[in-house]
Amino acid sequence: MNNAKSKQFNVMDFIGKLGPVLALVFLIFLVTLLNHSFLDINNILNLLRQVSTNALIAFGMTFVILTAGIDLSVGSILAFTGAITAQMIIAGIHPAFAFLLGVLIGAILGGINGMIIAYGGAAPFIATLATMTIFRGATYVLTDGNPITGAKMTNSFFFQVVGRGYFLGIPFPIVIMAVAFIILYVLLHKMAFGRKTYAIGGNAKAAFVSGIKINKITILIYTLSGIMASIAGFILTSRLNSAQPDAGITYEMDAIAAVVLGETSLTGGKGRLVGTLIGALIIGTLNNGMNLLGISSFYQQIVKGIVIIIAVLIDRKKAA
Amino acid sequence: MEIAMQRINKSFGNNNVLKGVDFRLAPGEIHALMGENGAGKSTLMNILTGIISSDSGQIEVDGQKTQFKNALVAEQAGISFIHQEMNNYGEMTVLENMFINRELTNRLGLLKTPVMRTQAKQYLDYLGAEFGLDTLIKDLSVGNQQLVEIAKSLMTNAQVIIMDEPTSALTENEIQKLFKIVKELQQQGVGFIYISHRMEEIFALCDTITVMRDGISVMTTSVDETNVNQIVKAMVGRELTEFYPTRTNQIGDIYLQARGLSRRGVFNDVNFDVRSGEIVAFAGLMGAGRTEIMRAIFGLDHLDRGKIIIRDQLIENHSPAAAIKHGIGFVTENRKDEGLMLDATIADNIDLASLASFTKYGVIDQHTDRVFVDKLIKRLTIKAQSALDIVNSLSGGNQQKVVLAKWIGAGSQVLILDEPTRGVDVGAKREIYDLMNELTNRGVAIIMISSDLPEVLGMSDRINVVYEGQITGTLVTKDATQEAIMTLATGGRINE
Repeated sequence: MNNAKSKQFNVMDFIGKLGPVLALVFLIFLVTLLNHSFLDINNILNLLRQVSTNALIAFGMTFVILTAGIDLSVGSILAFTGAITAQMIIAGIHPAFAFLLGVLIGAILGGINGMIIAYGGAAPFIATLATMTIFRGATYVLTDGNPITGAKMTNSFFFQVVGRGYFLGIPFPIVIMAVAFIILYVLLHKMAFGRKTYAIGGNAKAAFVSGIKINKITILIYTLSGIMASIAGFILTSRLNSAQPDAGITYEMDAIAAVVLGETSLTGGKGRLVGTLIGALIIGTLNNGMNLLGISSFYQQIVKGIVIIIAVLIDRKKAA
Repeated sequence: MEIAMQRINKSFGNNNVLKGVDFRLAPGEIHALMGENGAGKSTLMNILTGIISSDSGQIEVDGQKTQFKNALVAEQAGISFIHQEMNNYGEMTVLENMFINRELTNRLGLLKTPVMRTQAKQYLDYLGAEFGLDTLIKDLSVGNQQLVEIAKSLMTNAQVIIMDEPTSALTENEIQKLFKIVKELQQQGVGFIYISHRMEEIFALCDTITVMRDGISVMTTSVDETNVNQIVKAMVGRELTEFYPTRTNQIGDIYLQARGLSRRGVFNDVNFDVRSGEIVAFAGLMGAGRTEIMRAIFGLDHLDRGKIIIRDQLIENHSPAAAIKHGIGFVTENRKDEGLMLDATIADNIDLASLASFTKYGVIDQHTDRVFVDKLIKRLTIKAQSALDIVNSLSGGNQQKVVLAKWIGAGSQVLILDEPTRGVDVGAKREIYDLMNELTNRGVAIIMISSDLPEVLGMSDRINVVYEGQITGTLVTKDATQEAIMTLATGGRINE
């Protein structure tokens, strides 16, 4: 939230701000050292494509966490909107239109979260824990527990290109991630909406006294989170060429991890969107790197957890 | 118990809070400790009770050189500190609070509740408490909560009890009861250090008074040998008349009218006017309902009945956003709670209520924003290195100026200031008064809630006195006296 650039150069400040970047560079260095093929352009594009789904969800989550909230329901929203979009395509609705309807449904589900939290005064953790279960259950009801796929999906150019296509040689999901980042960056750092987001997390009471409509902003933020989850859902459905009823389980954890690794404070009011992008890249590099090195996925989880703990401890130390 | 503190020094960074302070308490003495906020009273008491350590100087207790490691050790030695914001646990019972951190247990670690009950009851009965041991603390009045704290002190066999502003939230009856208890305990040889801003209490209760100013003890004398003027002069370091700026405002037309404002159980049938260019003070004891009236006007609390009229136009404020649209600004009583985002920059705090005025299609015009903020920082002489300093790093006075800057920037025509100089040092106080003067010169109407009577008399044009949710009298400031205000504030009547 810079209003003016400070002219003084502060070394500690500089390192502090670069913390996640340094971690990412170190990680890339380490993986490359162990396996040179990591830096192959194809592997990098592959990595970015893997990252894109998590990054999209984590961008939305950043807004939520900046208000000192949390959204556990993103994985379920992803699955529900993915499934309903697939069903709409199979029912003959044009995939582009089905995509928009899916995003609209994601927005509504997120809005429901926001309303329970804003008007009901429910703790975000509990509210979204409950809707996580509800939306997941609804997905199973909708799909009868079976994957959804069909010729109309396979044969649609639009549907296929989103998850698997390229734009100027760059995989489409990466393009979507980049565009989303730019739009949300402007929203968070250049627009009044972003300032209000920070204000709610910084001190909700003071924000309210200052005339900020905190209920409205809160609802919009959870709506945004729902939108981001549903976009990620469409990408995932396209990549897999089918909607899985148990898609997105534990995705909320990866998104929260990306936000936290990007040094956004869980108590709200502090953090930046670019940090989340780097956080998502750190997680992506870990996953990709460990795959390259042939580390079993069982161990990968342990390593990921340890990295998060180390990151948080370093952050604590810096704050003290 | 006799206490002698000698040449106590303490600095926080570059800020010398105590500069060689001497303080003595004789056994069984009630010793008033007075001084402006920031004079160093709390720091001195925190050093005495081991909450913080001094940089130099020594403390003798009964002739023994002593340095308590922490508050618990001081308490065990017989010195207990009842803080203004009582450190109690609202969701726990009276009994649990009295034995917190010193629970009696048997060998298995299980609580010996019957023994604790007997002990607790003994002390509460002695103090004449009329509530049970199983009452939740949050359900007690502030006066009764204080009684619990006193009982707690007695239970630890306190020989010296330090009380910080004990009466600020008490009703007149509770104050009288407290005084009776204090005097009874004095007969038992218990000494008191009594921190208060209320002159009348000092003269009614205390034997000796020490006045502190800017980290120095400027006066210690027997209460019989001094008077209010002398004490005030010692506190502020100059005559009262020169402490407040000369008012140069032109009072204009009626700007805001409140008619029959009521909120069940909080305030009832409140009527008043504020004219542009006028400062109307709201005096009264804490808990009288002054803040609550203003919260309702500002749309923070619901209004059961009544009308708010701004320049002949009936308005309804369901939210602060609506109130702000009608030109009302509210500097709340507790700036840390409702005024500031402490971890954010000065700039982000100042422009929070004015974002719309330099936002186009939702995008903030960074340049206008910056000019706006810098102008206000300059105008209010906020002392900071840059607009990007974190508010938490500023002094209380500068923090308060940030809140004021926010509302001045928002162009408020009616400014509600709730205890505008609380926790603000003397120098910044004067700057805030000058600012209020400047604002009224420009026609801004100010409603000032203040518990500081000299401030009420020094800064306002008219005074509304509130007692138990009702305005019991409206005084013209130039004809008003502290006595008249206190009489009205405690439910008395003035004989015309």
